[in-house]
Amino acid sequence: MSPLHGYRKYRPRTQPAYDYPPYASTAKRHPTQPLVIVPQTLSEITGPVFGHADVKPTDNDLTRQHKGEPIGERIIVSGRVLDENGRPVPHTLVEVWQANAAGRYLHKTDQHDAPLDPNFSGAGRTLTDARGRYRFVTVRPGEYPWRNHYNAWRPAHIHFSLFGRAFLTRLVTQMYFPGDPLLPLDPMYMSIADEKARRRLVSQFDLENTVPEHALAYRFDIVLRGRAATPMEHS
Amino acid sequence: MKLFASGSQTVGPYLHIGLTWLNTDRIARPGVKGERVTLQGRLLDGDGVGVGDGLVEIWQANAAGKYAHPEDRQKKPVQKGFRGFGRMPTDAKGHFRFSTIKPGPVPGPAGKLQAPHLSVTVFMRGLLKHLSTRIYFPGDAANAHDPVLKRVPAARRATLIAKRKARGVLEWNIVLQGKDETVFFGV
Repeated sequence: MSPLHGYRKYRPRTQPAYDYPPYASTAKRHPTQPLVIVPQTLSEITGPVFGHADVKPTDNDLTRQHKGEPIGERIIVSGRVLDENGRPVPHTLVEVWQANAAGRYLHKTDQHDAPLDPNFSGAGRTLTDARGRYRFVTVRPGEYPWRNHYNAWRPAHIHFSLFGRAFLTRLVTQMYFPGDPLLPLDPMYMSIADEKARRRLVSQFDLENTVPEHALAYRFDIVLRGRAATPMEHS
Repeated sequence: MKLFASGSQTVGPYLHIGLTWLNTDRIARPGVKGERVTLQGRLLDGDGVGVGDGLVEIWQANAAGKYAHPEDRQKKPVQKGFRGFGRMPTDAKGHFRFSTIKPGPVPGPAGKLQAPHLSVTVFMRGLLKHLSTRIYFPGDAANAHDPVLKRVPAARRATLIAKRKARGVLEWNIVLQGKDETVFFGV
């Protein structure tokens, strides 16, 4: 049997700290003991496999889930899912959720005084294609206040959840929009120490995929952990 | 080309909108081979209060110790209709519950078998990057030789081993802080 290849460690400063005081809710929800470093085994380098039985072709269009069209600016969000070696991650599940154009989530705990939209639920999912590409149609989410600190507002964002090939490539992140003045004030965005890594979470205006007379496009490429160059120890 | 992995961000309080379509508390449907187990527990914050906006995901092998994944090249049977994946949000008081089967042993470093275990990923508001851990089964003799448990300081190993509450019912809590803080892994 050929040796199994493990995955690279995270690059320092590219992932947020668990204990990050500017984001107040981390105080009681971060581990206080250091992580125990363990070997990567078959349990970590495998993970759930999803396919076309799990996702409908229309699940990537958040503007067509109800009778009418949602209020707001229609946008296209697309990109590629790559690994750290620059190779596409094909046929992997991508899940998204977001607030509506007014900055309100369809969720019982969201009490922000902004209107719900009967034509917008804010959830979508898709599989990447053979070249790692994905595409969503949605509306641009609104900014909204939260109570982390005085006059705290979240920058507009879309939540992304990805699996990749392994349980250890799991990623939940948020996509932001270019030029948002709230970004440097946002503890979640700023929790990533490395500036280049932070900017990776900001989508880019995408003229190439913008559809004339219809919708602006944003490009958001996502990188999942990639294989290490050498086989796993003792595999 | 060398890139680096995108940074993690919290699931936030509204995770249910995007993630509950795939809720799976029954990891093993009736008819799936193996010893049936109900796994129940709570996700507890630093004050011992249940976390009402968390999500627990589980990944496991089948009863033969085979993962439903192309990179598991062991000559062992795949169980039809068994993906080995579970996902449940916590309830308002932090409870979660899964119904599954005890997995068989899978190989670890140097080809030695690992003790049966479930891999666990934890998400919640207030957690900027998910946590990884494992659940082991009480009273399994293989626990004493497990290569991952061996890396855990002896005094903390018990946090990774479920407790038997009744026949076929195991309890395992995720404790974020304090005396019984669960061991989380860097993998």
